[in-house]
Amino acid sequence: MSKNGRLRILAVAATASLTLAGCAQGGNEEPAEGGAATNDSAAAAPDAPTDAVLPAGDGTGECEDGLSIAYIGTIAGQNAALGVAILNGVRLAVEEHNEANAGCQVTLKEFDTEGSPDRATGVVTQAINDDSILGVVGLPFSGESDAAGQSFHEAGLVTISPSATDPALSQNGWDTFFRGLGNDAQQGPAAATFIGDDLGAESVCVVNDDSSYGIGLAREVREALGDAVVCTEEVKTNQREFSAVVGTIEAAAPDAVFYAGYYTEAAPFAQQLFARGLQTTLVAPDGVRDDQFVQNAVGAAEGVYLTCPCVPADGFGDFFDAFTELAGTEPSTYSAEGYDATTILLRALDEGLSTREEVLEFVRDYDAPGLTKHFKWDEDGELTDTPVWVYRVEDGEIVRDREIG
Amino acid sequence: MIGNLPTVLAQGGVDWISFDIGRLVDQFWYNTVNGLAYGSIYSLVAVGYTLVYGVLKLINFAHSEVFIVGAFGAYFTFQFLGYESGGIAQAPLIETIVNLVLALAVAMICSGLVALTLERVAYRPLRRKKAPRLVFLITAVGASFAIQQAIMLWRNPNPELAIQLVAPQPLFEVFGVSVTNIQLTVFLAALVLLLVADSFINRTRLGRGIRAVAQDPDTATLMGVNKERVIMLTFVIGGLLAGAAALFYIMQIPQGVVYNGGFLLGIKAFTAAVLGGIGNLRGALLGGFLLGVFENYGQSLLGGQWRDVVAFVVLIVILMFRPTGILGESLGKARV
Amino acid sequence: MNAHHFRSGTATKVPFGQRIRDWWNGLSRFHQWAIIIPVVVLVYLMPFLNFFPITTEPGTDFELALFNTARIVLIAIGLNVVVGQAGLLDLGYVGFFAIGAYVAALMTSRDSALYAEYPWLLVVVVGIAVTMVSGVIIGTPTLRLRGDYLAIVTLGFGEIVRLLADNIPALRGNVGFRNLERPPGEWSDGTRIFTQGDGIPWYWLTVTAIIAVLILVGNLERSRVGRAWVAIREDEDAAEIMGVPTFRFKVWAFVIGAAIGGLSGVLYAGQLGFVNNARFDVVTSVLFLAAVILGGSGNKVGVILGAIVIAYTPERFQVVSEYRYLIFGLALIVLMIFRPQGLLGARQRLLARGRQAYKRLVGKPEPVSTESPMKDAGKRTGV
Repeated sequence: MSKNGRLRILAVAATASLTLAGCAQGGNEEPAEGGAATNDSAAAAPDAPTDAVLPAGDGTGECEDGLSIAYIGTIAGQNAALGVAILNGVRLAVEEHNEANAGCQVTLKEFDTEGSPDRATGVVTQAINDDSILGVVGLPFSGESDAAGQSFHEAGLVTISPSATDPALSQNGWDTFFRGLGNDAQQGPAAATFIGDDLGAESVCVVNDDSSYGIGLAREVREALGDAVVCTEEVKTNQREFSAVVGTIEAAAPDAVFYAGYYTEAAPFAQQLFARGLQTTLVAPDGVRDDQFVQNAVGAAEGVYLTCPCVPADGFGDFFDAFTELAGTEPSTYSAEGYDATTILLRALDEGLSTREEVLEFVRDYDAPGLTKHFKWDEDGELTDTPVWVYRVEDGEIVRDREIG
Repeated sequence: MIGNLPTVLAQGGVDWISFDIGRLVDQFWYNTVNGLAYGSIYSLVAVGYTLVYGVLKLINFAHSEVFIVGAFGAYFTFQFLGYESGGIAQAPLIETIVNLVLALAVAMICSGLVALTLERVAYRPLRRKKAPRLVFLITAVGASFAIQQAIMLWRNPNPELAIQLVAPQPLFEVFGVSVTNIQLTVFLAALVLLLVADSFINRTRLGRGIRAVAQDPDTATLMGVNKERVIMLTFVIGGLLAGAAALFYIMQIPQGVVYNGGFLLGIKAFTAAVLGGIGNLRGALLGGFLLGVFENYGQSLLGGQWRDVVAFVVLIVILMFRPTGILGESLGKARV
Repeated sequence: MNAHHFRSGTATKVPFGQRIRDWWNGLSRFHQWAIIIPVVVLVYLMPFLNFFPITTEPGTDFELALFNTARIVLIAIGLNVVVGQAGLLDLGYVGFFAIGAYVAALMTSRDSALYAEYPWLLVVVVGIAVTMVSGVIIGTPTLRLRGDYLAIVTLGFGEIVRLLADNIPALRGNVGFRNLERPPGEWSDGTRIFTQGDGIPWYWLTVTAIIAVLILVGNLERSRVGRAWVAIREDEDAAEIMGVPTFRFKVWAFVIGAAIGGLSGVLYAGQLGFVNNARFDVVTSVLFLAAVILGGSGNKVGVILGAIVIAYTPERFQVVSEYRYLIFGLALIVLMIFRPQGLLGARQRLLARGRQAYKRLVGKPEPVSTESPMKDAGKRTGV
């Protein structure tokens, strides 16, 4: 989608993101040589669009008392860091909103799915049975979204996922599912293009975990890479010992390895992959893009590339500062996306909407820019404007590299 | 539709398991080297199971938690010594070695203490009451559960941020397979500890006491062996070795410091003990290395996802067809 | 052991559980029914007693909490057949529960290649049948072992069931099966009776299943099968010598237990509407075991009570919820040391007529056991 996507970005957010598009192109025009590409001139982070809709609004929101929105996703369970990064964005949005709008005080209810599909279905039922909840930010992971989507659909409760990227999610006929970012049908090919063209890798091993996210993304990447795929391996949730997978990869000696999964397994995988002196470039997706990965891979994360349909937040000055103050850490993967998704739900409540049906209708017809991108959904609940970025790990920090799709 | 059943069975019956003999042969030495390095951990933990079983005829199900407490002990020693998660420490070699030895000592003490406490709190009261053996097992399961959960509540469900003192580096090659500095260290250190334990049991006075009680508790008591002290000693030895294993484990897998990180490893170590012949110290040693290697062969042959299944199948097959294991059950002599 | 315990029964102090038991056994059939029926009605009316201090809200939806409690009760009754009646320590019971859930998933989820519009009752029947067959398959080789070896081997099999669900693509591993069919039926306004969100129909269905299972298991216990189980539990060697085909009856206990576990799995999968490999680990097995041991294995009322404690208290008290596994783990230790017979701790050694005969001969009812039913099961391993 990279060409089309870039055109759309220019069309929709031309006023705001000239730098972004320019640099993205610049990045693509520099085909790096060899397996380990370095790109000193990282693309600049986009600034916040001047017309972005923010949670505070104009401060004139009026709504009934006792209404709430919910965050449903991992808080303390598996891969919790990914969930908490989003949750803090959601918290910030609700806080800013309630401060500015005395006439509309919205409660945020938080539900912990522990990131696992089997737990999510029960938790979602609890949320659905709570009539005060009119909209949901979540669920962050594809597996749990997949398991719970039907329940939301039956209950008519709108969900905006700030991070679930499995393309199949929007193909279930759930009219309550909205995705606040690009899906893996965009991330996968973009990552493949990055691996093939930018890194110049001619042989690639694709490893995935056993989640719907990992399986789906790996499929997209494999299809886009075609003959370049020299080995495919699968690992399990919570696996920590990867000698078999590493052995196979060592034997195949690929130019690059793509790992489709989450950081919990990616960290020991990366460490064991490089422990025996294997020379290759590891590329991993948004599920790995967290400081926890960098820390847990103890040194092996250095030079790893991370693709992500998330927009760097360092250019969003006010958001960046407010988030850092609230959370005590800088915004991470999908913090800004969570903030944007919450904003949309809060706008609906500010207009005095008080039923799930009305809020669902509002989200369906929504058409306005947020911090990260322009939000307007098609009939499947997919966005049209979906940037994908590459980040890389440098000196123990995740820094943005370039925009790839 | 039932009409689909053949398709599904074909899907489930043929595709899901395949035998890649080529890969088994190709990666034979790779698997052997890795298996021995990892198996040394199984061996060390298996000694704990085997000693306790030899003396008390008790499966100390909570031994996996004895192990993981050692891992936490080593981890917090690293932290206390000023190491930080994330990067690889750049301390000079001598300092690193001193720190590793310190962590080893702390891990061993932590595990030893937990093992001793377990014996005191959970098992001794039952022994006093001459409770049947299954009651011991249920207690052990409960203790395992409780320790795991206590750690989880104290920390959190996610692994501690990894700390690594020594960066893994390939040192040399055997049969075309590179061996890392960590693998070599772990293997040699484990071997030394196992040999020390073996000569302790076989050569010293206290060791003779252990063997005597294992052989015949009543006669041993009559001959002046302090049975309670012997039992405590076996728990402590098992705990100390499990603590050492824990340090070696987190040197290889620094992401493994997590509340339930001992569970699977514990079952596998138990499998190793049964494989070698439970109650037999050298059996535990042999079983650990064999299981480590088999597990790797299995996953080369069948695919990585079958790793744990291999261990469980070994366990079940051995228990059902040769419960005395390879070397037979003998701490003192073969059990009737 | 027998002589010793017969004598200890003559001690003056009669435990509370024993007094209740004596009183109950002393009642006529008519009186017993007069008490049972109102209790059953009350149990069915539970969803409407949704107020303090019974309610679990706002933490958990009360009706769903009731359903989950009932589900664990059903499992505990099934596991009690294996552990309490026949004295076989099964650490892999969750495997049967998983098989039931997977049968429901394979038959009623559109993600499965076997999907078709089967009648829901057929799913239940197939689910039970498949778990029974797997009970035979797992039981036949393992039940030649005894005691702790049996426990470890069942644990191994339980884990293998879970790992197979992970490794066989047709079982969809961690991704799981979505949108399982629920039992048919509509309210008068056209909405479905059985939905994920409404716990009441599920609760009633499960309670009905529990009652049916209790009647069935009760009858089995009083039959030759039940007597054989007790004999095996008390002393397997003696039973064998007395002509009880112990192996066959052990497999029977395994199979009956498996069937109940499978039924529970089908109900669980139906309500949740989603099945993957995540919930069928050893931790869950141990939790089930804790329910049985806590209440008093071998005692149906006891295990029901135990299951309620295990399942309801964490829903009711948020504090307990966080610490539940810790509490139940510690409870196992404490119980084994101080009260191995469990909370209610009355296991039967004599059944029906035997009990009456005993009373007539000795002049007082059979005494309560103060031991775990594991008394002799662990005397020897299969070596």
